[in-house]
Parts: sequence; structure tokens; C-alpha cells
Amino acid sequence: MVEFLEFTLTGLSAGMIYAAIALSLVLIWRGTRVLNYSQGAMAMLTSFIALEVVYATGNYWLAFAIAMVSGLGLGAVVERIVVRQVTGRPPLNAVIVTIGLLIGIEGLAGLFFGGNNRSFPEPYSPNGLSIGKVALGITRNDIFIGVAVLAAAGLLAVVFQYTSIGLRLRATAFNSPVARLLGVRVGRMLTLGWALAGLLGALAGMLVSPSTLLSPNSMDAIFVLGFTAAVIGGLESPVGAVVGGLILGVVLSYAGGYLGSEVVNLFGLAALLLVLMLRPTGLFSSAPARRV
Amino acid sequence: MATPSPTPRQAPPLSDQVEFGPGISVSPWLARSTLLRHAVFAIVGAVALGVISVSLGAYRDFQMATVAANVVAVAGLTVLIGLSGQISIGNGAFMAVGGYVAALLFIHLHWPLELIIVAATVAAALVGAVFGIAAARLRGPYLAGATLMLAVALPFFATRFSGVLGGDQGLGFFITVPGFLGVNFSLSRWQAWLSCGCGLIALLLLANLVRSRVGRSWRAVRDDEVAAALAGINVARMQILAFIVSAACAGLGGVLLAIVVGTVSPGLFTLSLSIQLLTAAVLGGLGSLAGAIWGGALLVLAPTYLQDVVVSHGFASQTTSSSIPIVAYGVVLIVVMLIFPRGIQGGLSRLVGPIIRRGDDAPAAPTPGDDPRAVLTRGDDPPRSPRERTSWRRRSPAADRKEKGRR
Repeated sequence: MVEFLEFTLTGLSAGMIYAAIALSLVLIWRGTRVLNYSQGAMAMLTSFIALEVVYATGNYWLAFAIAMVSGLGLGAVVERIVVRQVTGRPPLNAVIVTIGLLIGIEGLAGLFFGGNNRSFPEPYSPNGLSIGKVALGITRNDIFIGVAVLAAAGLLAVVFQYTSIGLRLRATAFNSPVARLLGVRVGRMLTLGWALAGLLGALAGMLVSPSTLLSPNSMDAIFVLGFTAAVIGGLESPVGAVVGGLILGVVLSYAGGYLGSEVVNLFGLAALLLVLMLRPTGLFSSAPARRV
Repeated sequence: MATPSPTPRQAPPLSDQVEFGPGISVSPWLARSTLLRHAVFAIVGAVALGVISVSLGAYRDFQMATVAANVVAVAGLTVLIGLSGQISIGNGAFMAVGGYVAALLFIHLHWPLELIIVAATVAAALVGAVFGIAAARLRGPYLAGATLMLAVALPFFATRFSGVLGGDQGLGFFITVPGFLGVNFSLSRWQAWLSCGCGLIALLLLANLVRSRVGRSWRAVRDDEVAAALAGINVARMQILAFIVSAACAGLGGVLLAIVVGTVSPGLFTLSLSIQLLTAAVLGGLGSLAGAIWGGALLVLAPTYLQDVVVSHGFASQTTSSSIPIVAYGVVLIVVMLIFPRGIQGGLSRLVGPIIRRGDDAPAAPTPGDDPRAVLTRGDDPPRSPRERTSWRRRSPAADRKEKGRR
């Protein structure tokens, strides 16, 4: 029973990170109909920048802030300079362009930061928490992960729901020609969407790097799971992204805990296929199955 | 739908038919028989490859063999994506199935090589059928996600059943040169000839399939599933069939790759291999077998070439010499996509096609960047999501006018 609780809590903590990646993918998908395969690589790059700041100043929170800002900037730059060029072309072109970005960014990181695994600082102590004598199997840092992702998701939800800029973002995602006719600067909104996605990715990178160690390829596996989480939740829905991330995190945690770490990806595939067999467009998708 | 109507548009190779070169025009008696024409192309290709192989060294033989293995896998993927309108980011998994089945048959049952190749291809096709049945309900990014996860999850079997499958070490798969070629025939040349031969046969079969009723049905399904269903096409069956064909090609590619490398291991069939297949298919030009050849060659030759360039410019240090080619490859992907939105083959037929083709039948080169609808006058667009499809189906006014003029 204690074991079960432990696996659940660690699964939720890992799921929060998948949820952050999934959210960033959903943001971009809703706005531009592009699956951003370079999301993980972008997060890796911002984490490296943060690590360099930590080396230089020793201040984690300054590094955290700089990672967030560079995530915003990187997302905006990528949208403006690269992705903007392929809009209106066949959709797979955008996919290949983001794969090109993924390869290019990983190569650049290898060039500047080397290919070795680097340890990454945690803001809070890595000691396990316990209630009375019962160890929970999670740390303060896990709680920080959960709080940070939920706070970011909540903040985004508030921005999208209650602010004028959020309304414009939603209008762009819903129907960009009409939004443009109504005076929304659609191009800027798309850039903003990518920037926000870059920020979420940077957050995920900061949160996951202490446990995975940081290297040019370290975010690949996280990205695949984040993508899976987004597909499970339905690519249209931000709520689905969070729920999908948590489901995936818990399932993988049980599989890894009870059956051994090598079956984890197989259970990821099983969970994904199960959900897609029941609902071919994800759990929270509201779009009609097919249009005539 | 079933029989092609003998309109004048049928005669010259339009872009939605498979071309072996940019707008190569053929004499009428060749044009009449598809099989004959493709066979001529295959024989010419075989002779050319043989000459190249004999005149170049052993390392080029190795490269040729690798290119051939990749071309087969990319061709299967380009048919799946470009013609049937489905997507797979997990075809490396089917390659792994082919490679492992072949290695197991080779080690335990000592079957003759040609039988092993056929059996492994069939095995991959069966796995593809199972997955295709599941995939026929999925569209666009959801299918992409499922196939991506397939490629990630598959190495599990290699480690779980490491007694049979050899774990991370994998299985050895060493073929020998058959006796009738003589004692001086090098192994690498035999590998190259074997790979290229299998590759040409696969391309020949694919080219005929694409021009057949099946190929036309795929294109109909890709362009509009509802209209295809109304025309009497079993949409799900066609989609599953496309998956089977694609998986069989991937399986054959996997066997050939295993033969060339000499082992099968999880490290050979990674996720990045699957992604590279997709990249090669799109870069070459979706739906075009000639494009698959470009893409497959680019996949193998670009990294080696970039590596050579970097080394010859004196970047000797370990990090730079391994990282710069990667960066350059990423940049190449982006730049090719920006310059040739329809892939290399699409770009070539746009540049060269109007010069070679004669007369009224040469379709005006569309410029996809300007008006997305104009592209639709030609049949080989990559698939798009159902949501966008409705608004894109209309033809451009110019095409309508042209059509009226014909009538």
C-alpha cells in the first residue's frame, strides 16, 4: 500500500513534466497546426543556458528566470524566422522543418556545451519526505515540480480566459481569417503562442534536468512522452494535455515500479493505443470525428 | 473509377504518376505498357549500378548497399504518406522486424538467403497488417503519435527476450559470397549487388502497384475519403493495404541493412532512423519513387559528405568534427524544405519538366507558395488534415477554364 502511494506520487510528479511539454505542443498545435518536434531540443538549450548562469553566478533562481525568458525568446524567434516561412505549404513540410531545427539545435548544443551528461542543480533538498514514519517516496523538489507546472498552467488558463490578449489568442486559434478581419494581429498572436510554448518547454527542461542529467539528447525521451501525453489528451485541449500527462506519468510509474524499468515504453504504447482505440482523437477532443 | 478512361491526358507521364526521372519522355510503344516501361527503367538502372559498382572501390560498394536498403524503406514510406495519405514515424520498427526475423532464420534454420529475404519481408508485412488495422481509425497527428511510440517501445523485446534476440548486442548476420561468382568477388560488392537488385525489384513492383487500380484508389482515399467511399472504394481496406505495403518495404529495407551491417541490434533501428526515413521521404518528394531514391541517397551520403568537408577544413577536435555535420544536416533539412516545398523531385520536375515536355499537355508549373489551391490541379499533394481538406478541394479558376476548353 505504501509502495502504491509512493509510485502514484512519483508518477504524478513525472506526469507534471510530461504535462508541461504536452501543453506547449497543444498551444502550438491549436495556433498554427504544426507539431513542434524541436520543443524538447529548445527546452534542452534553455536548460544549458540556465546551467551556464548557475556556473557563473551560483544563483538558481536567477538562472530559472533567465531560462524562462530565453524560452520565450527562442519560441518567438523560431516562429518568426523559420516556421513562418512554411505556413501555407504542405503540412509535413513544417514537420520536417521542426525536425531540422531539432537536429540543428542538438548539434549546436553539442558544439558549444559538449556531448557529456552534466548534473543539474535542484532548488530544494533531494531528501525524501515522510508523514510520521511513512516515507512518501517523493521529495520537496517533486512538490516544487507539481506546484510550478500547475501554477504555469493556471496562469495560462487565466490569461486565455480573462484577458483581452487571451481572447485574441483564442480567436486566432479558432479561426484566424475571421480574427484577422476583426482586427486581431494574427501574426503577432502566433508568435506569442510559440513564445508561451517555448516558456512552458523551458520550465519542463528546468524541472526534469536534475533527474535526467543534461546532455544534448537528454530531452528526446521526455519529448516523446510529452507528445504521447498530448495525443492521449487530444491535441485540441489544454485540459487534456494536463490530464494526459498525469495519466501517462502514473501508468509509467506503476509499470516501472512493479514490472521493471525496461517495460516502461511498452506500457506507454499500450496506454496510448488503448485510449486511441476508444477515442481516436484523444480523451478531451471536442472536434467532430470527420467532416464531409 | 476502375478502368482508366482513355483521355488525351493519360498519355504523357503526369506528375501524379511515377516518374523515374524529371519528365523523361518515352516513345509511344513504351508508353502503352506500364510494366514494360518500368522493366526497361529497372534494367537500365541495374546496368548503371553494376558499372558504377565495378568502377568504384569497396567503400562505395558499402555506401551503395546502404543507400539501396534505405531507398527501399523510404519508398514504402513515400507510398504510404504520399499516396494513401497516412503517416508513420515508426517504420524503423518494421525494419527491425524484418532484420530480426531474417537473422533468426539465418542462424537457427539456415535457410537459403533468397528465402530468408522473402520470409522476413512477409513477416514485416504481417506485423504491418496488425498495426494497420489499429491505425486505420487514426488520422494525422494521432497516427503520428501512435507510430512514434511504436518505434520507441519496440527495443523492449530485444532486451526482454535477450536469450533469443541477443539483447543490446544483437545477433550476428554474416552472409558469404555465393560460389558461382568466383573466389575473387569481394563481399562488399556482393552485398551491394544484392541490395541494389532487391531494391530495383521492390521499386519495380511498387511502380506497377502505384500505377494500378490500387494506386488510383489510394489517391482517391487520400484526396477525399468520403468521395472515395461513395465511389465504391473500401477506405479502411485501402488504408490497411497501404500500411502492409509500407511495412513490407520497411522489412525488406531492414533485411538489406542487416546484411550490409552484418548484425541486427536495437542500436541499428533507433527512433532517429524512423525519423530519418520520414525526413528522406519528404525531402525527396512525397509520393514519388524517384523522390525516394533522392531521399535515400541523401540520408546516407549527406552526413558522410558533411563529415568529410568538416575534416578537410581542419576542424580536427573531437567535439567540432562530430557536431558541425549535425548542425549542417539540420540546416540542410530546413533549407531544402524552404527552397523545394515539394521535395527535391518536385523541384526538379518544376525546373526541368517544362523544358522536356512538349505541347499543350505540359501542366503549368504551380507555385505552391502563392496560392495553395493552384497546387490541386496536379494530383500529388501530400495529405492534409480533414479539417483543411474541405476548403482546399476546389480547383483554381485557371484549371477550371482549362478543363472547359478541353470539353
